Amino acid sequence: MYNIWHIRSVPDINMSAVMVPKKVTRKWEKLPGKNTFCCDGRVMMARQKGVFYLTLFLIIGTCSLFFAFECPYLGVHLSPAIPVFAVVLFLFVMAVLLRTSFSDPGVLPRALPDEAAFIEMEIEAAIGSVPAGQRPPPRIRNVQINNQIVKLKYCYTCKIFRPPRASHCSICDNCVDRFDHHCPWVGNCVGKRNYRYFYLFTLSLSLLTVYIFTFDIVHVVLRSLESDFVTTIKETPGTVLEVLICFFTLWSVVGLTGFHTYLITLNQTTNEDIKGSWTGKNRVQNPYSHRNVIKNCCEVLCGPAYPSVLDRRGVMTEETPAVPQEPEAKSAPPPQTTRTTAPLIPNEHTPDDTKTKLAAAPEEEEKPHLPQDTPLPPLDTSAGPRPDPQSPQ
Amino acid sequence: MAETHSLQDIRQQASVAAKVFIQRDYTNGTMCQFQTKFPSELESRIDKQQFEETLRMLNNLYAEAEKLGGQSYVEGCLACLTAYTIFLCMETHYEKVLKKIAKYIQEQNDKIYAPRGLLLTDPIERGLRVVEITIFEDRSTGSGR
Repeated sequence: MYNIWHIRSVPDINMSAVMVPKKVTRKWEKLPGKNTFCCDGRVMMARQKGVFYLTLFLIIGTCSLFFAFECPYLGVHLSPAIPVFAVVLFLFVMAVLLRTSFSDPGVLPRALPDEAAFIEMEIEAAIGSVPAGQRPPPRIRNVQINNQIVKLKYCYTCKIFRPPRASHCSICDNCVDRFDHHCPWVGNCVGKRNYRYFYLFTLSLSLLTVYIFTFDIVHVVLRSLESDFVTTIKETPGTVLEVLICFFTLWSVVGLTGFHTYLITLNQTTNEDIKGSWTGKNRVQNPYSHRNVIKNCCEVLCGPAYPSVLDRRGVMTEETPAVPQEPEAKSAPPPQTTRTTAPLIPNEHTPDDTKTKLAAAPEEEEKPHLPQDTPLPPLDTSAGPRPDPQSPQ
Repeated sequence: MAETHSLQDIRQQASVAAKVFIQRDYTNGTMCQFQTKFPSELESRIDKQQFEETLRMLNNLYAEAEKLGGQSYVEGCLACLTAYTIFLCMETHYEKVLKKIAKYIQEQNDKIYAPRGLLLTDPIERGLRVVEITIFEDRSTGSGR
């Protein structure tokens, strides 16, 4: 502003020669939903990040203790490969955790006014006239997928008929494609785009936990052979803490990995499993499963890397249509379950309680960790003036 | 954006009469495919064959992008080995095909749709949910200013 003042005071300077750098508005700044964005739209997370920081702290803390106390001894007395492999595993855990937490889970952008109006028209045409005083029928579209009838629900917030397997996350206030669950430990939803990173995170974290736990024991045993047990503990106090953390982590993370492995072999999401979409006699069979364990695994883990359809880094122009912000969104019907333990899927349906408890228990103790001093890697590389789909993370 | 000079002029001269949204076709699963049913609003503007040909080509391109085959598996495994850091510098197969699709749509707009006062919007700009076709009022000839 000071520079503009300066220009005004000198009448012969061309007013169009503005010296103040113009700040471009990128699309992420105007996106509806309750996400937070960092690094100018490259990083996308949920609003509450407290548990995520805890995860980071636990992982980095435990690994630091391991590198400080156990690795020097084991590297010398057993093999240098031990700390090397630990470092590699630690870095892998960090990388996939960051990817899970920072990437777009597969958010579906809300319908623009024209599209929303078109859909409304179609709905009204299909329903016909509703007698006064009666509730209109629920907005459902039936589609046939692989010879099974699947019902697509209408999302009142996003004003679209949700694609199959998509669900609306009330925490982030977005419809997410192939919605699995909202994970507070990674501070993000888990959906189509980041499910494999989430799975790899739980798998590698399980390995890391087992690894640290095993070598802690080995270290204590070896050291106790030279001196005695009490002296060993005194020399490496960190070991006790590590063993405790690993012990409790093991059960939850390994259990969670097992659960997701089971889901992957069936090509199901946590959401579908909890709602019992494909179980029960009167329900349809899972139309997305290839009925072949290997094919299901390949599709989920090695399938194509989907791009983000949410253009975050595109520049807003005057022509860019803005999604109308509703101060009071008519969100999807039934109340969400907010569990005190772990809000697994705060979603429109009340999940089956027992199933939720089972899923929530391992979820509760899963620890995503991140090194806070590691600079955030720019995960999106969108180039060009045109809003290109960004690289998936 | 996906517009040439003449398209820009059409947009500035003509006003939007209507918009048609081609929905997704889920009969084969969650793969990105669009319905090829010819909407009635376009009957007066364009050939049914031409339209279906465009959509069929689009569907083929999306099928190519999402194909589960050797290439996607190699890409997936390689990426996994590098802890997905390779995506920071490499473009994925899907993105390469999306670029092809963008080019194809621009071509179709230039050659076929713009002269008829229509405009196809790339589905990626609508979250891969719909193919939006804008129908302009039939008064300008679409020539340059």
